[in-house]
Amino acid sequence: MIGIENVTFHHGKSPILKDVSLTIKKGGITALIGPNGAGKSTLFALMSRLLPLQSGKISFDAMDIRQTASRELAKKLAILRQDTHVASRITVQDMVGFGRFPHHQGRATRVDHDKVSAALEVFDLTAIAERFIDELSGGQRQRVLVAMAYAQDTEYLLLDEPLNNLDMHFARNLMHQLRDLADNHGKTVVVVLHEINYAAAHADTIIALKNGKVASHSKTDEFMTEETLSRIYDMRVKVRTVDGLKVALHHV
Amino acid sequence: MVRTFCILGLCTVLSITAFMVLGARGNWDFILVFRGTKLLALVIVATAIAVATILFQTLTSNRILTPSIMGFDALYVLFQTALIFTLGGFGFSSLAPELKFALELCLLSAASLMLFGSLIGQGMHDLFRMLLVGVVFGVLFQSLTVLLQRMIDPNEFSVLQGSLFASFNKVDTTLIALATPLVLACCALAWHKRNVWDVMALGREQAISLGLNYKRELLIGLALVTALIATSTALVGPVAFFGLLVSAISYEVTKTHHHGPIFLSSILISIIVLVGGQAIFERALGLGATLSIVVEFLGGLVFLFLILRRVRV
Repeated sequence: MIGIENVTFHHGKSPILKDVSLTIKKGGITALIGPNGAGKSTLFALMSRLLPLQSGKISFDAMDIRQTASRELAKKLAILRQDTHVASRITVQDMVGFGRFPHHQGRATRVDHDKVSAALEVFDLTAIAERFIDELSGGQRQRVLVAMAYAQDTEYLLLDEPLNNLDMHFARNLMHQLRDLADNHGKTVVVVLHEINYAAAHADTIIALKNGKVASHSKTDEFMTEETLSRIYDMRVKVRTVDGLKVALHHV
Repeated sequence: MVRTFCILGLCTVLSITAFMVLGARGNWDFILVFRGTKLLALVIVATAIAVATILFQTLTSNRILTPSIMGFDALYVLFQTALIFTLGGFGFSSLAPELKFALELCLLSAASLMLFGSLIGQGMHDLFRMLLVGVVFGVLFQSLTVLLQRMIDPNEFSVLQGSLFASFNKVDTTLIALATPLVLACCALAWHKRNVWDVMALGREQAISLGLNYKRELLIGLALVTALIATSTALVGPVAFFGLLVSAISYEVTKTHHHGPIFLSSILISIIVLVGGQAIFERALGLGATLSIVVEFLGGLVFLFLILRRVRV
């Protein structure tokens, strides 16, 4: 369970998050959505301790992120930011291997090597394990980063707009892989998404932020109504059911 | 990898032997001590610059900037000048070299941590911004130095010149006893943390995600860089592009991102260039040219090459 209590965040004088309190249940995929500037990425950065908390409290199960050593948290949650740029020339295998760092602190054991091989296998990277990541396409690189987070072997996985730069083929693949991680590996996935239809199709729960506040927190099915979407995005959004799936026609 | 290190090791031994033996005439007791001291100084400088450059490039996540380009040693020169300006030439000369060195080191560390510690971490992914900041700092420090030099007494200026115009030929040997343990300690710590630097090279977000205390490691790394650069500058004076030359070659020959082999290879390459080069210039060319100028020229070319390649990508 991820507990977020009374989190307020100011950037200079302007408030980004206003007294946000949320409880994200263990298991499944939770999507974090909202219009630009709603505070999604800030909330993500606070949860993943990339930004220091100004007020309030965030905890993963019993671990308060302010009280717990970063090294311990790294065994609890893995994070994936958008467009991670790496300057050094690293092979796919070594990059995925870094996911094991919190467990071995630089001295990899047999178990670590096995987990890395498994991660390469799961994300279909074995064939390109020896390639350098700066030679890969955007989609492959994204897959490497997800594999790395997977190898970190944590209960929680946080992703910030992982679909950016991915074409529809890789975008769908990635969402299926996240679904698999949640369903078959018992992970709790929290993902910041821009495109509402991906959230509707793959997430169990949707949390919507607007103007730094929680505008809605409900099951995906309940969330996907014309009324809710129109309220959150300040525009009329049609919702249709196609093949049993609710689809927002926000682009027409 | 093993072959690369064999070749590098062989070249290092050759350079050192050439430096010690070439053109040696006379009493060996004298030669060994005389050249040995100089060799030790060169090796210390080579090691310090190599490790400092690699570490700095890791902390700033780029392969083009070096501490010198960012104005670290211009800052050192400014401190030297300011010290003579405030203490006077006589006071400066009568300071014990150990005390002076320790004082400079502390001041320099504090100043560079303040200046660069705040900068690195936020805007550092923007290479051109970093370059610009480096140029601005460098010019600022140099201008302040020139200003102070204009204002001091001509007699004191000669003292200053003596302390600044150190070169590879005239290594300040009195500082060696102090510099050796310091550089060894810094290198030991850098080596001990080599796995941490591997992760730090992935950038701030990845480092935090993988459970490092990013701020602490960054400060430790910067402190090491400062101490190493201060030591090498105190021994031989500022060298702008030497570190870049060494790191570029070392990344090229090792083709790895592990800091263990990169540290080792860069130290060996640094020793080969410095000691081997010095042997050639001192003995073969009879001091007809200056090593530092050639090293700077080559390093400058590497710098231009890296910048242009980067721009095209």
